[in-house]
Amino acid sequence: MSVLVGKDTKLLVQGMTGSAGAFHTRQARDYGTNVVAGVTPGKAGAKVEDLEDIPVFDTCAEAVAQTGANATVIYVPPPFAADAIMEAAATGIPLIITITEGIPVNDMVTAKALLASDYPDTVLVGPNCPGVITPDECKIGIMPGYIHNKGNVGVVSRSGTLTYEIVHQLGAVGLGQSTAIGIGGDPVKGLDFIDCIKLFNDDPETESIFMIGEIGGDSEERAASYIKENVKKPVAAFIAGKTAPPGKRMGHAGAIISGGKGTAAAKIAALEAAGIAVAPSPAEMGTTLKNLL
Amino acid sequence: MKIHEYQGKELFRRYGVPVPFGIAAMSVEEAKAAVPKVQKESGSNVVVVKAQIHAGGRGKGGGVKVCKNTADAEKAIDSIFGMQLVTHQTGPAGKKVQRLLVEQGLDIQHEYYLGITLDRASGRVTVMASTEGGMEIEEVAAKSPEKIIKEQITPAVGWQDFQARNLGFALGLDGKQVRALSTFLRSLTRCYTEMDCSLLEINPLVTTGDGRVLALDSKINFDDNATYRHPELSDWRDLSEEDPAEVEAKKFSLSYINLDGTIGCMVNGAGLAMSTMDIIKHYGGEPANFLDVGGGATAEKVTAAFKIITRDPNVKAIFVNIFGGIMKCDTIADGVITAVKEVGLEVPLVVRLEGTNVEMGKKLLAESGLKIAAAADMADGAKKVVELAK
Repeated sequence: MSVLVGKDTKLLVQGMTGSAGAFHTRQARDYGTNVVAGVTPGKAGAKVEDLEDIPVFDTCAEAVAQTGANATVIYVPPPFAADAIMEAAATGIPLIITITEGIPVNDMVTAKALLASDYPDTVLVGPNCPGVITPDECKIGIMPGYIHNKGNVGVVSRSGTLTYEIVHQLGAVGLGQSTAIGIGGDPVKGLDFIDCIKLFNDDPETESIFMIGEIGGDSEERAASYIKENVKKPVAAFIAGKTAPPGKRMGHAGAIISGGKGTAAAKIAALEAAGIAVAPSPAEMGTTLKNLL
Repeated sequence: MKIHEYQGKELFRRYGVPVPFGIAAMSVEEAKAAVPKVQKESGSNVVVVKAQIHAGGRGKGGGVKVCKNTADAEKAIDSIFGMQLVTHQTGPAGKKVQRLLVEQGLDIQHEYYLGITLDRASGRVTVMASTEGGMEIEEVAAKSPEKIIKEQITPAVGWQDFQARNLGFALGLDGKQVRALSTFLRSLTRCYTEMDCSLLEINPLVTTGDGRVLALDSKINFDDNATYRHPELSDWRDLSEEDPAEVEAKKFSLSYINLDGTIGCMVNGAGLAMSTMDIIKHYGGEPANFLDVGGGATAEKVTAAFKIITRDPNVKAIFVNIFGGIMKCDTIADGVITAVKEVGLEVPLVVRLEGTNVEMGKKLLAESGLKIAAAADMADGAKKVVELAK
């Protein structure tokens, strides 16, 4: 068991003919992910170097109908990415993972509203995220596969490189991951901390949870109250941006302290009040969780 | 991206959102020449002289003056133009006033707050209003949250007039004013969406004795992800309001923010870059900057990043913290070596590499002959760089 992705995932890649899409599709296939189709409008039948056996279609509808894909990953450039999300949702595909960074916020507001009203069962991950990986089974996204180990820690994070960092640190203390989910650094996104924590809480293979938050918004605070009420599994966390100045966008579109809201201090206080162990520095994430077990 | 008040009001005019008559001036002469024009247009001698800087709190800082006549206006223009305006948002150094807005005075009946921004929890745009015009909305939210009333925009359906009536009657407006507010908000919400704003604040929104509703101020931020849809906005960018190092960094698609400390940072990934600042502070140092070179850093980008960091005279040591995922450590090492050879290095450099091809990367650095302190891990690197910066 694991969450979201696993051995039965049949992956569609939107934007597979682009250089980033092709590169990461090769990496995913080499990791063992079952990639069944690519979609690039106007390029049906195209052969992508070293991916010649994966058929390319013009539309998601065709690709899903012909291959039975049950998950899609989006590497489409920002101006077209929200449209690609809605196209995928319209096929009824249950899981949409969006890697693209830089999608206009208004586009995501529209896409999220359409999913909520017309495709409420569709799960969206991202945008602006590294993707989702279940070690030794399925890798969808841009994370380096080899650093992950199969295990029992559920990882959920707003940051890409910090996810790699925690995975590496878990490895150093002898722990692996059930699934690692990057939820992304944008203000309007699909799965949030609470959704992922619910999934991990219900997953028998996940024995503990590590969450990595950062400044901006109040997702971490809401997750803290959810955990306090509902989760018995050990949970540890890290919040990035203790030293971030207010009013500045720290790389991620969603990482900004505005009007005194969304500070690391407030998030850490909320997590600690909920009984969650918060790593004092980013170098102590792995040991903080290990100490709970 | 931010714009000035007078530019925001120009945008409002294009959308039919009522604003007072005013003229923007880039010099004392232009401002003085604007006074009689504004007086003629409004039919009153009263004008308001407003400093144009990208920061709130201008009134309290002495950057806004209501003037009864021409002589007063000219005196205000002389004193405000060129002044170092200090507000709670500018920092102690303040900002030099190089632009003015000369505007008509109004017969103000009441002041309100009006704001539009994204509500992250629901993923929807929210219109907020309050009777506490002129006060910072954060302050109202903290002290008396019940005084803030909100209406959410349903995407695809858009803003509806009944929502304007809900807000207007809750604010205590009369029937005529609520009708004016409905028209006002129809235009304003269209402006927010079509122009890809991320924040649109009018503080204060005013009602006048003759039943009109006008935007007395404007504060607009645009979604940086969507500026490609609005090339015309580039004319409104005021580079004097931005940090030159941050402007330079943007040219190379580097995400850079200047800070006050002494330790320069170069990191891949926004989360790791923030954490690197945090761990420097954790071990007693102060970061000089936030710098995310991104996932696909090339030698050229790394060199540009080095140049920007080393140009900061406060930097006493540099910490390069890289977790190579798809980006390989040997590529980064190459970039660092090239950059140091090109730019030169007068301060200690600590490099922590982890991830893909880490051994190759470490070997390249060790064999480069450069004075680079290698760090075993993030904590070791942070401790070393804090020590070296002392």
